[in-house]
Amino acid sequence: MKTNDLIIQTTTKLVFFIIFLFSIHIFFAGHYTPGGGFVGGLVMSSGIVLLMLAFDLKTVQDMLPINYTLITAIGLLIALFTAAGSIFFNVPFFTHVYDYFNLPLLGETSIHTAMFFDTGVYLVVVGVTMNIIQMIGGDE
Amino acid sequence: MSLIFAIFLPIIVAFVIPFLFKKVSNIHTGWFVLLVPLGLVAFYGTYIPDIMAGNTYMEEFAWIPSLDISLVSYLDGLSLLFSLLITGIGMLVVLYSIFYLDKEKEKLGNFYVYLLLFMSAMLGVVQSDHLISLYFFWELTSISSFLLIGYWYTKDRSRFGALKSMMITVFGGLMMLGGFVILGIMGDTFSIRELIDQASTLVNHDLFVWALVLVLIGAFTKSAQFPFYIWLPDAMEAPTPVSAYLHSATMVKAGLYLVARFTPIFALSEVWVWLVTGVGLLTLFWGSIFAVKQTDLKAILAFSTVSQLGLIMSLLGIGSISYHVTGDLVTTFTFASFAAIFHLMNHATFKGSLFMIAGIVDHETGTRDIRKLGGLMSLMPISFTIAMIGSFSMAGIPLFNGFLSKEMFLDATLSLQQFNVHSLDSWWILFPVIAWIASVFTFVYSLYFVFHTFRGKYKPELLPKKAHEAPLGMLVSPAILAILVIVIFFVPNFFGNTFIKPAVAAIQPLAYQVPADVGFKIKAWHGFESTALYMTLGIFLIGFLLYKTIAKWVPLYENMPAKISLNRFYDGLMNLSDKGANRLSSSYMTGSIRSYLIYMFAALIILLAFTMWVKDAFVMDLTNLAPIQFFEVLISVVLIISTITILVTKSRLTAIIALGAVGYTVALFYIIFKAPDLALTQLVIETVSVALFLGAFYHLPKLNKYEKGKEDRRFRLNNFLIALGVGVMVTLIAIASHSQKLVVSISEYYKETVYSEAGGGNIVNVILVDYRGFDTLFEISVLTIASLGIIGMITVRLAKKKGDRKVENK
Repeated sequence: MKTNDLIIQTTTKLVFFIIFLFSIHIFFAGHYTPGGGFVGGLVMSSGIVLLMLAFDLKTVQDMLPINYTLITAIGLLIALFTAAGSIFFNVPFFTHVYDYFNLPLLGETSIHTAMFFDTGVYLVVVGVTMNIIQMIGGDE
Repeated sequence: MSLIFAIFLPIIVAFVIPFLFKKVSNIHTGWFVLLVPLGLVAFYGTYIPDIMAGNTYMEEFAWIPSLDISLVSYLDGLSLLFSLLITGIGMLVVLYSIFYLDKEKEKLGNFYVYLLLFMSAMLGVVQSDHLISLYFFWELTSISSFLLIGYWYTKDRSRFGALKSMMITVFGGLMMLGGFVILGIMGDTFSIRELIDQASTLVNHDLFVWALVLVLIGAFTKSAQFPFYIWLPDAMEAPTPVSAYLHSATMVKAGLYLVARFTPIFALSEVWVWLVTGVGLLTLFWGSIFAVKQTDLKAILAFSTVSQLGLIMSLLGIGSISYHVTGDLVTTFTFASFAAIFHLMNHATFKGSLFMIAGIVDHETGTRDIRKLGGLMSLMPISFTIAMIGSFSMAGIPLFNGFLSKEMFLDATLSLQQFNVHSLDSWWILFPVIAWIASVFTFVYSLYFVFHTFRGKYKPELLPKKAHEAPLGMLVSPAILAILVIVIFFVPNFFGNTFIKPAVAAIQPLAYQVPADVGFKIKAWHGFESTALYMTLGIFLIGFLLYKTIAKWVPLYENMPAKISLNRFYDGLMNLSDKGANRLSSSYMTGSIRSYLIYMFAALIILLAFTMWVKDAFVMDLTNLAPIQFFEVLISVVLIISTITILVTKSRLTAIIALGAVGYTVALFYIIFKAPDLALTQLVIETVSVALFLGAFYHLPKLNKYEKGKEDRRFRLNNFLIALGVGVMVTLIAIASHSQKLVVSISEYYKETVYSEAGGGNIVNVILVDYRGFDTLFEISVLTIASLGIIGMITVRLAKKKGDRKVENK
């Protein structure tokens, strides 16, 4: 089945980056406003799914040659080490800390270890959903 | 270097071994590993003078303080002797393995990692003063033994042997854990030293005998005592250095160590005395008789090890009689403990060298089958000399250390005559008689081992390789052990004072305060009035006659009924549990996701209804409700219509889209009720899962697998009942939870602390990553596992399909 998807393909090329930026935005904003690693990861995945619908699996895999299993593993490790890191400071497992830093461009910004944990969640969600979709979609 | 660090040093080194193996390919990895036991021998060696003087050392590291579990390294005479054995024999074995295992062909990285893991575990076993950490290290030795036996994992026999050893020793380990827990309950402490102090009160406790029996099962399984010995012959599939190290010199002695260590606690009970002595003697007898029948060199040594372990075990049992007697008799029986430790040391020397020789013969001729071997004496003179020294020592012939301890053993069994509390009147004689018969057979198989391999006719046509002497490096380790065998014979008291007396003082704390109090001297000649002398002469005579006529009576073994053997029993048990487990799980794992959903939902309904009913929680209070808005009604109508569409549609595509509509309308509800996080998540999830559904569309089975008719009606009825039940339950719970506020909502707490303590503004996300971060961590782990499972399933399916096509092409 070959169809002319010119409209959706053209739109996708533009919209994908907006979705991508939006996912990053709600990931970072998550601690104060709606969002977070879980939703952020899902939004990211839905962006890639859109790419797959507009083009096809093969093309997307060539465009983004990402090993999603690896992404999942990295995410899980980041989450685990963030949680386990606290025991080296002689405080209970999973104790978070945060502080405010004066960063260039951003001004006073709070940096929270929960954010690193959330990064892990984000990567795991992207890795897992994309892995499953790719696997099932690629299976004939 | 601290004691606890010394225990863990091998494991720490094990981390760099795989890298060394990969990066430094021109040097055999064993040379790096050798440094570890070398350093540890020197380290423990420095403690010898202090331990001889009667000092003990202790070091503690709080491992799990909240449960009062700590790693306590306790060094006294007994643990020092074992630590030196572990590191000393370990050093020789590593040296031997450098020449035994080829650095091009073998996976040395794995081998040495397992070996170092074992070394740490074994050091931990003999130095732990805390029962729980002792158990921890104990199981670690079982695991490393499993890995080492299965080192050549492509061979079926290796895998079988590895599993068998693990099954039996871990079974024993778990029993032992039970015994430890009982001990902990009785004495309110897990420290062995503190338990020893309480021994006199513990013995009257109701649970005492249970603890005793359970701990003994652990010791018997590990030390291959009857009837648990069956794993040891199968463990011979391990590379020979491993057999020499774990399965003759160290790990199988962990059970003996345990018995020796717990003697001060349990010896006050006579059950202990008779169980340890009886099982030990039975094992000695059984092992020696079956060793003669074996045709594999390593199998002979395995049965011989079983038998010798039984000998030491029975000596420890006789030694514990000293707790039941007074006056001069005490030393009569502590002498048995002395003999036990002496023989334990001797056994490590001669059996270690014999195993290494068996490995050399295997390596240089390509076979271990004694029927094919013969006449190697002139081709392998050095190996022959070493083998002869080892076997003669094992047989108990003078000029070798085995003679000394064998006579002491006979003496100890004879001393049972003087223990006549329990109307032993005449049947005490049974013990020396059994010991004597077993010693005769020990003599026979010792000669059989060495002479059938090295004398007789050379049969090159049966050997896979042309026989020749082993390289020098391979002979160094067995030669060192053989020299020790002779040296110990000539200066036994030097070894006695240095190693054995401190260990005996640890086993017999009531009789001896310091090692110097142990007044025994080892003598080769006891005078003509010694009964043991005549027993020994009898052994030589009868043993020699039996050896000469071996071809005539060995066929008698064929008459043994094969059906009632212990191995049959083990195989049957494994088979039964395998099949039983399979049948049980296939009875409910149907492979259909519909069945699983039925289990889950039915369980949900029953559990919730039961709890609500028991707690009398079905309450309906319709006051205090918010007014219903027009658009809420509108959305509800859309929701209901799309749900009904799913039910009545005949097309799956329509059903999927309708399901998506349900999801999006629910998301609308979230927006109305001001839950932006949930709404956002729900919307994206719906999008992604509809996409996923479309992807999986092709693979899904028919909507209804039944044609119209009776089965179809039942299928629909089932689904209807389950759906109705879940719906009703959830509704009732929602109403009930609105109607009664039994507990204060936790949201207030979140509202107060979310900014001040957690440093965030979005409660939902802070719950996810902070308040309930543990949940999230496990959730993402589960997600990862699920995705790996899906990858596995689909890859296997693809591979199968490809395989099928190949078959079709043919």
